[in-house]
Amino acid sequence: MTLFLSYLINGISLGSIYAIIALGYTMVYGIARMLNFAHGDVIMVGAYICFCATQYLGLPAVVGVLVAMVACTALGVTIERLAYRPLRQAASLAVLITAIGMSYLLQNLALLIWGPNPKSFASVVSIGSISLFDGALLISGETIVTVLANIVIMVALTQFTGRTKMGKAMRAVSEDRGAAELMGINVNHTIALTFAIGSALAAIAGALLCSSYPTLQPTTGSMPGIKAFTAAVFGGIGSIPGAMIGGVLLGVIEILGRAYVSTELGDAFVFAVLIVVLLVKPTGLLGKKVSEKV
Amino acid sequence: MKLKRSTVNNLIAYGIVIVAFVICQSMISAGAMSRSLRGQLVPICVYIVMAVSLNLTVGISGELSLGHAGFMSVGAFSGIVAATWMESAFAMENDVVRLLLAMVVGGVFAGIAGVIIGVPVLRLRGDYLAIVTLAFGEIIRNVLNCVYISVDAGRVYFAFNSPQLPGKLVINGPAGATGVSRISTFVIGFVLILFTLFVVLNLINSRSGRAIMACRDSRIAAESVGINITKYRMMAFVTSAVLAGMAGALYGLNYSTVTAAKFDFNTSILVLVFVVLGGIGNIWGSIIAATLLTVLPELLRGFSDYRMLVYAVVLILVMLVTNSPMMRAFFARVLPHKRGEEGKGGEAA
Repeated sequence: MTLFLSYLINGISLGSIYAIIALGYTMVYGIARMLNFAHGDVIMVGAYICFCATQYLGLPAVVGVLVAMVACTALGVTIERLAYRPLRQAASLAVLITAIGMSYLLQNLALLIWGPNPKSFASVVSIGSISLFDGALLISGETIVTVLANIVIMVALTQFTGRTKMGKAMRAVSEDRGAAELMGINVNHTIALTFAIGSALAAIAGALLCSSYPTLQPTTGSMPGIKAFTAAVFGGIGSIPGAMIGGVLLGVIEILGRAYVSTELGDAFVFAVLIVVLLVKPTGLLGKKVSEKV
Repeated sequence: MKLKRSTVNNLIAYGIVIVAFVICQSMISAGAMSRSLRGQLVPICVYIVMAVSLNLTVGISGELSLGHAGFMSVGAFSGIVAATWMESAFAMENDVVRLLLAMVVGGVFAGIAGVIIGVPVLRLRGDYLAIVTLAFGEIIRNVLNCVYISVDAGRVYFAFNSPQLPGKLVINGPAGATGVSRISTFVIGFVLILFTLFVVLNLINSRSGRAIMACRDSRIAAESVGINITKYRMMAFVTSAVLAGMAGALYGLNYSTVTAAKFDFNTSILVLVFVVLGGIGNIWGSIIAATLLTVLPELLRGFSDYRMLVYAVVLILVMLVTNSPMMRAFFARVLPHKRGEEGKGGEAA
């Protein structure tokens, strides 16, 4: 029983990381209608910057995460401006291929800058672990911080999109870009803002991911990125609570699948979930049904 | 006798491939080709077939598939098992027949995988379709990592997740296929290219091909003139999978060790780069891009660190140049002869 609980807690912890990444995907997809393939690699860049800031510059962990957030925000906005904005009117195939190219560009730049050898990432979390049931169940500090960060981010984002003027602008753009433009909303700024928020979250996710799974290499971000997209689709793309529920469920499914069925097939489970969801309920758990206009 | 324009174009196409093959063969017999380049000949054939078949999905059928390497791996592993089985069951010594049959088996299995995957995938569109093909590619890779197949006295044994099998293990889980007899040859690779071109060019210029392109250009319009969308999308998808499987069998039998990890997402992307760089929908472009991009890194050794970086930049730039309205206007200004084409493109869109 305690074993099951510890798997469950591991799953929730991993799922919370997926959820934070998925927020970036879901917001960008909801507003710009594009699958930002490079999002996973922004996570990796964030983790590397955090690593450099704490390891080489000797900054405290919190400052390191902040530096990574700033750098990733700049990176996300730059990517949007240079690669995605010129293709705003283009076919989705072209945008997707550009995003894949961007993902490759980031991975290979990281490979050139930081080298192919994995770096061992020192945890940014300094809280000790809690032990329950006389030490039979151990909850690590990383898990606690990850889950808390996930909840705080989700509440903050829900408040931001629901209450503030910029948040409302974001929702308006995702609802109907043309109408939003007519209402005087600067669509380009709004999309850039979305990329900025998503990329800052990616930096946090990168630091947390590498705190729990401390090997950092240029391909670190790609698999969690794809899985987080799966989580976003699972929860309903465009929905912020959906990203959280989808992320946590996916993390639990992955860890339980690895533990009880087969270690080798953990990734296969996640993708099987994606396929089943897309076939049975393409709008996801919390997504709205959008009828196609001809 | 007056031939159709498409027939003439196709004949020229085959002619160029044959000439290229003859040049390569005479260079080999004259000893003018370096060892490393000779080693690249079969992979070049494989990548040409992969690129042309992916172009059928991406360019002609208009669906971005990110799991093309998955079909390649299915073809590779089933081809290797078939080749080993034939050797053990019939003591078949003729490598050429064995290779050809292995390629057929690889194509059939990849085709079956294509049907199984195509049914759910083709219900989706756009980004979702792309991500699901990616998911299937990863699932295939994960599952192949758990498969153990052995051949003993002409019988094939299969197990999932356990290597306890009688006889000689052919597919050994994560360690992949080991001790494969290397029977692939450049000549067969060349035959496979001709076969691929024959299938793809004939499909494009047929009634079915026009139906496939109609589905790509306007789904609703195609549906309203009575084209069975699912059937034609499926046709393109499965043909592409079969060809990829045959290429996979050729690839698998070219090395003594093949692991499932070889056919990961990166391989799918590499083939996609060939297609995009050669021009989406342009079969010729795919062939040239696949050849050049496989040979170039061999020629420019020092460049290898930057190879994928340059690919990434090229991928982005090609997309920006061909799709951004600003860039198009710029080219229309700089290159006056393009202006007419721009106008035509605008009308079509």
